[in-house]
Amino acid sequence: MIDSLVVVAVHVVFAVLLTPLLLGVMRTTRARLEGHVGGGVLQPWRDVIKLFGKEPLRAPGSTWVLTWAPLLLMTSSLVLLALVPLVSTLPLAQVPGDLFVVVSVLLLGTVALALLGLESGSAFGGMGSSRHMMFAALVEPTVLLSIYALSLPVGTSALAAIVAARSEDLATIANPVSILALVALVIVVIAETGRLPVDNPSTHLELTMVHEAMILESGGRDLGWLEFGSWLRLTALLGLTVNLAVPWGVAPDAAWQNLAIGLAASTVKILVAGSILAAVEVFIAKLRLFRVPELLAGSFVLAFLSVSASYLVF
Amino acid sequence: MTNLIDLGLQAQFGCTIVGIAAALLPARVRNAVAGTAISIGGLTAAATGIIALQGSTGTGLILPIALPGGDGLDPLLLAPDQLGGFFMALAGLVLSLTALFGIGYAHGAAASRTGWAAFAVFALGVQLVPAAGDAVSFLLAWEAMAIGSTVLLLADHASREAVRPATLWYAVLTHASFLLILAGFGVLTAASGGTNWDRWVNLSEPVTTVAFVLLVAGFATKAGLMPVHVWLPRAHPEAPSHASAAMSAAMVKMGIYGLLLVTLRLFPNGPQWWAVVFVALGAASALYGILQASVQSDLKRLLAYSTTENIGLITTAIGVGLLLRGSGQNAVGDVALVAALLLALSHAAFKTVLFTGAGSVLHATGERDLDALGGLAARMPWTASAFGVGAMGAAALPVTAGFVAEWVLLQALIHTDARADRLLAVVLPITMGVVALTVGLGLLTFVKAFGIAFLARPRSAGAEGAHEASFTMVAAMLIAAIGTVGLGLIPGPLSRLLGAAVGAQDLAVTGFTGLELGSLGAILLDPLALSLLTAAMLVPVLAINAVAALRHPRRQVDLAWGCGGDRTSPRMEYNATSYSEPLVRVFGGSLQTRRSVEVITPDDAPLLVEGIAFNQETTDVVENRVYLPAIRALERFGDFARRLQNGSIHRYLSFSFAALLVVLVVVSR
Repeated sequence: MIDSLVVVAVHVVFAVLLTPLLLGVMRTTRARLEGHVGGGVLQPWRDVIKLFGKEPLRAPGSTWVLTWAPLLLMTSSLVLLALVPLVSTLPLAQVPGDLFVVVSVLLLGTVALALLGLESGSAFGGMGSSRHMMFAALVEPTVLLSIYALSLPVGTSALAAIVAARSEDLATIANPVSILALVALVIVVIAETGRLPVDNPSTHLELTMVHEAMILESGGRDLGWLEFGSWLRLTALLGLTVNLAVPWGVAPDAAWQNLAIGLAASTVKILVAGSILAAVEVFIAKLRLFRVPELLAGSFVLAFLSVSASYLVF
Repeated sequence: MTNLIDLGLQAQFGCTIVGIAAALLPARVRNAVAGTAISIGGLTAAATGIIALQGSTGTGLILPIALPGGDGLDPLLLAPDQLGGFFMALAGLVLSLTALFGIGYAHGAAASRTGWAAFAVFALGVQLVPAAGDAVSFLLAWEAMAIGSTVLLLADHASREAVRPATLWYAVLTHASFLLILAGFGVLTAASGGTNWDRWVNLSEPVTTVAFVLLVAGFATKAGLMPVHVWLPRAHPEAPSHASAAMSAAMVKMGIYGLLLVTLRLFPNGPQWWAVVFVALGAASALYGILQASVQSDLKRLLAYSTTENIGLITTAIGVGLLLRGSGQNAVGDVALVAALLLALSHAAFKTVLFTGAGSVLHATGERDLDALGGLAARMPWTASAFGVGAMGAAALPVTAGFVAEWVLLQALIHTDARADRLLAVVLPITMGVVALTVGLGLLTFVKAFGIAFLARPRSAGAEGAHEASFTMVAAMLIAAIGTVGLGLIPGPLSRLLGAAVGAQDLAVTGFTGLELGSLGAILLDPLALSLLTAAMLVPVLAINAVAALRHPRRQVDLAWGCGGDRTSPRMEYNATSYSEPLVRVFGGSLQTRRSVEVITPDDAPLLVEGIAFNQETTDVVENRVYLPAIRALERFGDFARRLQNGSIHRYLSFSFAALLVVLVVVSR
């Protein structure tokens, strides 16, 4: 019990400390490749601290959603981090990081953001919210199916157990089921966290923005929570994907040596994966909005093939 | 000592009689007295049902009605078993809450003598269908339910055009359903020589197959499965809201009860293709229902399509359960059947909230078109909270009943060993894909329904002047909302109780009130623990927020950012139609919307633009492709038949003569 609580605390603290750094590394990678100097890897930290020192505004007629949606997004991201096996695969006894629980916690954050977009009552907010929910509606099936495919050989839907089982047996990683599911999952992570080519996190162009459109009306600490909460989702999903693809180094328990190895391994894996993502982003352009569903449908098909194959291969 | 179940059944008759008598009272007190009587009747049914669910049986209440030519008929018997008890409790709770809501809500024709008497009869019918122990009493209760609901649906026919065609569709389909069931029971009675359920269990092929086809067609019509769902999106919006809540949350479940009656109680060892039929029907309904729901802008129509989706999911779960039992994986099959019951219960809870919430919105604003609503969260805080909880339940978000139910279903899917069985290896991935797609689209649908109706700014004068609902309405909504969350928080004890109804043994209570699926390995879900974890994460967030708020309090400004927009005009807001526009594009092929853009110009200056009118209509593909051609064919046949009758006495005499000739020829042979 105590051990698993320690693991949860380590996960959350680790992710909260690492996430702004991850964003900094990604932005710097991209800036350097494009020939800019960039703001430095600590810039996201400075941004967040700056936002918390500012005064938030509210429009007349706005409701509790304006204040609570950012907090809810942040909380759901933290719960997500507590459940995803980032550093150690020791689960909480009563909340064992079940696939469906994790997905629904992720969805809570998605819904909080979408409601915030509608709450602003502006055309932008509604537009972002509508597009965001359309992507979410098409992404969720792929998330469920791809992790379902990965969980079939293991016989459980607990993410920690899946990662643990994969680290013990190389054959579960290098087979068509796993590769198809992972490719689908990568597309999903890109869509869910609003990276290129689905959404451009660094644009405010009316026609294309999704995430930025929803948070356009927020400022001060509201915006701080929203940014931080969204970044944490990136860490959680990226961490989950790399740990499914490269499960070595993840601690099986809460012994401090193993945790230290796990922390180091996860830091390296997540930062490298983030840099690769950022480097790839340099070379691709954003897709037209109505091309995105085709990409997502493609990932759905991959995940579906992967599930079908898992019944035949194993 | 009297048997509690018998007593409960008698008390329900008593409450109905009081309810009908109260309908005769003057209008001042009619709502209160009749509503209370029906509500108490519902509670009695719930209590009776729960006692029956726990395994008690009645002595069998025999209705003293002599039927003409009753030689081959068994006596009319009311004796709920465990499964019946579950559905009786579900119906009782829903009816109790909707009657309570009706006290404050019913007005105009729905509050008339006929309105309340019909509601009382309808309520009794729904409550007694699962209690019936033989075909005749089942059909009597079924018909009371059908007629009562038809009369309720007709309530507003004088004030709204759309009510009459809606009632016509409903009456035709509900009686088609009755006839199919009657035919199915008829086949079984002829083969077994009696009408009691117990006589039928030993029947074998091909009688069972014929009966299965007839009965499933009948029950599917009542449940609103595709392609016989067409009455739902017509009837639910036009019925008074307390009636549509009761119809959607309780009455369509009787279709599900019928499906379970056939496959679990009467013919538990049916062939595998029965289960495949269920999965196919259910999956098609779930996908089609949610796809249609996601693009609707009429709030009650949206909820009606969402009912088709949920009924589809329940049927899918039943199908998966039967399929797994049929292939020898009993433990997982049991879990899927428990999931079906949990889905039914959660649907009853959140649909009661959503339909009563929609009724409360309609009552306050006079609008049920989402495009004309908005900003209601500030004006109707209680309704908004209740509707929000209901929407979370419908979107299967934690920690609501809907989430627990889908979790159990997905666990059943994931723990199936499909390697040995090709049929399972084909059916299960498709089922998983359908459930996953449904979850995603359901989320969008209910974010839209809640966000557009309750957030942002009002889009019409009606929404601008909205007021909170009356006490009984708010009480009914809140109780149902608390039920939705409560069922989500204590899945353990509840699922064990439900497990008994379908004969599932290996469900254990774990942690606080969590559910452990023992037969599938140590798979557990403890929503209370998840809530505690969430609370633990919320505390530091709130603390940091509070510190920041102390230093920099929130300031209200007239025009927050504005983006050049005029905040006083709601025309720039996204509405429900624009919200689902991307989906219409993505799923254009299967949705078939009609759009028209009209440029309005002054008569004398055709180049000046006064305004642009945009109109979008969603149509039901099944209706256009199946029903309308069939109706046209019938009409053509009618036109042709009319030519036989030209009013001339000579022609009728020649018909008589021809008939006589035919009779003579037949007799002479």
